Amino acid sequence: MTSPRPLLSLQGLSKTFGSSRVLNQFDMTIYDGEFFTLLGPSGCGKTTILNMIAGLETSDTGSILLDGQDITGIPAEQRPVNTVFQSYALFPHMTVFDNVAFGLRMAKVAKAEIPARVREALEMVKLNHLADRKPAQLSGGQQQRVAIARAVVNRPKLLLLDESLSALDYKLRQQMQIELKRLQRQLGITFIYVTHDQEEALSMSDRVVVMNNGRVQQLGSPREIYENPANLFVARFIGEINQLRGEVVSVESDHTYEVKVEGLQWQLQANHNFTPGTKVHVLLRPEDLRITYIDEDHKDQFLTGTVVERSYKGSTLDSLIRLESGIELTTSEFFNEDDPSFDYRPNQKVAVNWVPGWEVVLPVLQEDDQ
Amino acid sequence: MKVNSGYFRFFAIGLASVWLALFVFFPNLLVVITSLLTRDPSATVSLPFNLNSYWRTLDVLYLDVLWNSIKMAALATISCLLIGFPFAMAIVSLPKRWQTIALFFMIVPFWTNSLVRTYAIQFILGNQGIINKSLLALGLIDTPLQLLYTPFAVILGLCYILIPFMVLPLYSALEKLDPRLHFAARDLGASAFHRFIKITLPLTSPGIVAGCLMVLLPAMGMFYISDLLGGAKNLLLGNVIKTQFLNTRDWPFGSAFSVMLMMLLGVMLWLYYRASRFTNKQGGIHDSNF
Repeated sequence: MTSPRPLLSLQGLSKTFGSSRVLNQFDMTIYDGEFFTLLGPSGCGKTTILNMIAGLETSDTGSILLDGQDITGIPAEQRPVNTVFQSYALFPHMTVFDNVAFGLRMAKVAKAEIPARVREALEMVKLNHLADRKPAQLSGGQQQRVAIARAVVNRPKLLLLDESLSALDYKLRQQMQIELKRLQRQLGITFIYVTHDQEEALSMSDRVVVMNNGRVQQLGSPREIYENPANLFVARFIGEINQLRGEVVSVESDHTYEVKVEGLQWQLQANHNFTPGTKVHVLLRPEDLRITYIDEDHKDQFLTGTVVERSYKGSTLDSLIRLESGIELTTSEFFNEDDPSFDYRPNQKVAVNWVPGWEVVLPVLQEDDQ
Repeated sequence: MKVNSGYFRFFAIGLASVWLALFVFFPNLLVVITSLLTRDPSATVSLPFNLNSYWRTLDVLYLDVLWNSIKMAALATISCLLIGFPFAMAIVSLPKRWQTIALFFMIVPFWTNSLVRTYAIQFILGNQGIINKSLLALGLIDTPLQLLYTPFAVILGLCYILIPFMVLPLYSALEKLDPRLHFAARDLGASAFHRFIKITLPLTSPGIVAGCLMVLLPAMGMFYISDLLGGAKNLLLGNVIKTQFLNTRDWPFGSAFSVMLMMLLGVMLWLYYRASRFTNKQGGIHDSNF
């Protein structure tokens, strides 16, 4: 992308339903042509934001600028924005063709032009052969694709997708993830995707904003939020993570600290500035942990624990290891058939460590324990 | 358990069958038989069987009454639809708890006999009624308006008595309408008018048809409404039938009219059935190509 052009700008959006504040001074800039994802648990305000952009809900404060034009007061039917709804919301009394043509007819597109435009949209989602069917005669995946065709046929500046894949089964969902990404590249339309599924968010997005309780927790590329979560919420929400407590012993250099974890001293990297004595969280992804046999000579370089459970997942072998302190760690190793040392049994004592620098160190905050 | 539920089924179906046989099939059979008999001043009816009564119903005089009652019933139905649709939409837009209360209030007048309520309309519309008295008192008119004993009064009465039969099917159709379809239509650029024409109307058409039939069919037979509100000029088919039985005591002729009315209703129900089957097919439950 050459110097991204801002397409949508959300400024100071707030929304209160009754006594609960679902959105609090939300600001965001979304660039032309990007796949942007709003990720968060249900009730975090992500769908509210989407509905505000679509014009189906009003904000208490703030404004929405699309392509430099203030659209805050423009009703939904006049916004150059279309939505793929979670329930698809296909019109049950119309054929696939008429569903897709609906937006064109409402936009008063010339009658002669409509069939070609509809066919083009259906071609994109590979459904041309089903144009005469009614939605009830389609499978879930096909309905999903009709909903997408119906939303893109008007060539909106912005396509909003509200948990659009959540009703599909796992395999179909993965297939649709790839297809959506392909469509987005092909159309060049900016996508704003709302989901609570971190895997979807990571695999499709250019940028992800993680939200909780109406506030932004972190904004970044999928890689940034996965590898460098800004806080404990993001770390826990995005993928699985092991959580250890530690205390800073000394500052070695910029962003390098001696930290005491589980009774041992480790040299750890952190983006934060700590002073000796600071209590910290040390977070480790299951796939970053390594299990080895206990080596008596280097005992001070490993955590030791007992294998509690092992489960074979096909491509990975997952273990649950209980440390001497009682804390349990989840590890996930790529399966290597040729490596005999891979075969640890339950109740066996093992050593655990990780690649230096792959840990995430965060300060302990008061609200963490809530 | 299974044996018990089997007995229950047998008992329930048996009871319903006996009920239908005794109070629906048997009386109607009697009406059909009567319509084929000959009028007899001493014994009410007598043999032989013949179709004379049916031929007599085709008299221009009665066709005129038939046409008139279809016209009045149709006007009442259209009025009910025009009033009932916004009304049902308003109820659906209420919070769930208030919907029940609103429907309850619509049903409450039913606890009073409809004949009594028709008398009430008479009092309201009469020359000495509330409307005329108020208008006179306000000085808007010098002489009372002729409201009672007009076609207007009959249609008003029919509407008043029958409107719940329109609102209830409309309500149930509108209530089933997924509001997300409206969001989708808005999102695709449909104005409020287009949303109504393209989404609400087609998807509630079964309710509209059901409501219209439930008003139209009884409206043709409600003789006491035209008796009380329409005077002698605004007859419904029901009046003709009533007169044959109670005044002229020509039971075969009255029965022939009843059978004709039933056949007319039967044809309408059949058309409705065909129409709804057609829409169902369009909705597409049968699918072979998943």
